[in-house]
Amino acid sequence: MLENYMPIFLFIVIGLVIGIIVPTIGFFLGNRQPDSEKNSPYECGFEAFEDARMKFDVRYYLVAILFILFDLEIAFLFPWAVIFKSAGLFEFVAMMIFLTILVIGFIYEWKKGALEWE
Amino acid sequence: MIESILYLIITVIKIVIIVLPIMACVAYLTLAERKIIGYMQVRIGPNRVNLSLLPGIRNLRGFGQPIADSVKLMFKEIIIPTNADKFLFVSAPILALAPALAAWAVIPFADGWVLADINAGLLYILAMTSIGVYGIMISGWASNSKYAFLGAMRSAAQIISYEIAMGFALVGVLMAAGSLNLTEIVMSQKGSFLHWFWIPLFPLFIVYFISGLAETNRAPFDVAEGESEIVAGFHVEYSGMLFAVFFLAEYANMILIASLITIMFLGGWLSPFEGIPLLEYIYLPGIFWFGAKVAFVLFFFLWTRATFPRYRYDQIMRLGWKVFIPITLVWIVVLGLLILFKLPPWFA
Repeated sequence: MLENYMPIFLFIVIGLVIGIIVPTIGFFLGNRQPDSEKNSPYECGFEAFEDARMKFDVRYYLVAILFILFDLEIAFLFPWAVIFKSAGLFEFVAMMIFLTILVIGFIYEWKKGALEWE
Repeated sequence: MIESILYLIITVIKIVIIVLPIMACVAYLTLAERKIIGYMQVRIGPNRVNLSLLPGIRNLRGFGQPIADSVKLMFKEIIIPTNADKFLFVSAPILALAPALAAWAVIPFADGWVLADINAGLLYILAMTSIGVYGIMISGWASNSKYAFLGAMRSAAQIISYEIAMGFALVGVLMAAGSLNLTEIVMSQKGSFLHWFWIPLFPLFIVYFISGLAETNRAPFDVAEGESEIVAGFHVEYSGMLFAVFFLAEYANMILIASLITIMFLGGWLSPFEGIPLLEYIYLPGIFWFGAKVAFVLFFFLWTRATFPRYRYDQIMRLGWKVFIPITLVWIVVLGLLILFKLPPWFA
């Protein structure tokens, strides 16, 4: 069972190795003449005048929270969806109740304006 | 002992056999993109670097362009900004590329042509494609540049928003196929092209395709790297081979999404002529049909870029949350009813 996952582990390792080799080629072959102007952050020719890690809109944070909620719902739906063909009306109704609760939450956040961007 | 070493070597060789064609496809996808968009805009596209491998064919216009581009990138200077977090700056592209390649481990290219035939294949794909967003976030944070930061924020919020619609579309596929294993998903679509899942799952097919565009930051959803406002978004500070790794990851992801659409909705390696009188005797290997279908989907990816103007950010978020999620939710219920009533020919 678990030995099926061995090639996957190897593939991830090889993916990382390729990711390391490719820039390494660039570091060896590429020209390197750094100077302070070249290494300053790009801001359309202006001098960078404050730290780039500024405040950001709270809505990005909100999107991330909503994402976690909905992704969890999807994780709940996955095992149900796999066995659904061999299941009957009971499983269908059970999941419909679950989805109804999810939809009520979705409507609430829609009405509250959590999905508004301007 | 010797057996396990041999097993390791064979697996590594198999992985190389998968990765090298993907790299070649990525290289030539960039050429195809420039050529197709060029012809759509009534220009020729890249036509200087010719390749004449075959005697007699002298003028393969621009066919050497990807090779010339990659050699150019190799000799470019890699700039690491002074204020950047150096370790994160260098590791972000690696973190973007590794999952984009590793996801290919479970893709069946033809009947039995799969590296790891695991029964949680789709779950693994979902996990791998989700990791890609970390590369973008880390690169935007590590660059310590305003454009990179803004681009990373936008890109991350966009990707996770569309991932929900994508996830619901996957639930629909699972309901129809009854398995997480990608080979079994293809086999459950056996029959003519009318048996493929694109008909019963048509809304999910469209949602998945458009979400795929958004996931890979393709036009018309490319606000994350919108050239005219934040220059290049999260990879504005990257140059040379570090940039090339991001580029590789983006295009490998594009081909991956196209392959997934092929497997889940267009019958994978199955021939479209199956079950049709006379035509069903046309035999072509499965890998041919797989490649043809992937190329077909990719052509649509490029076509949308040539046709549509860029969305505004609020429009993107509205489409993802207020249009796609309701559509997928409704269709999951409809699909549940269709399966309960055993609608032929798909769920009989």
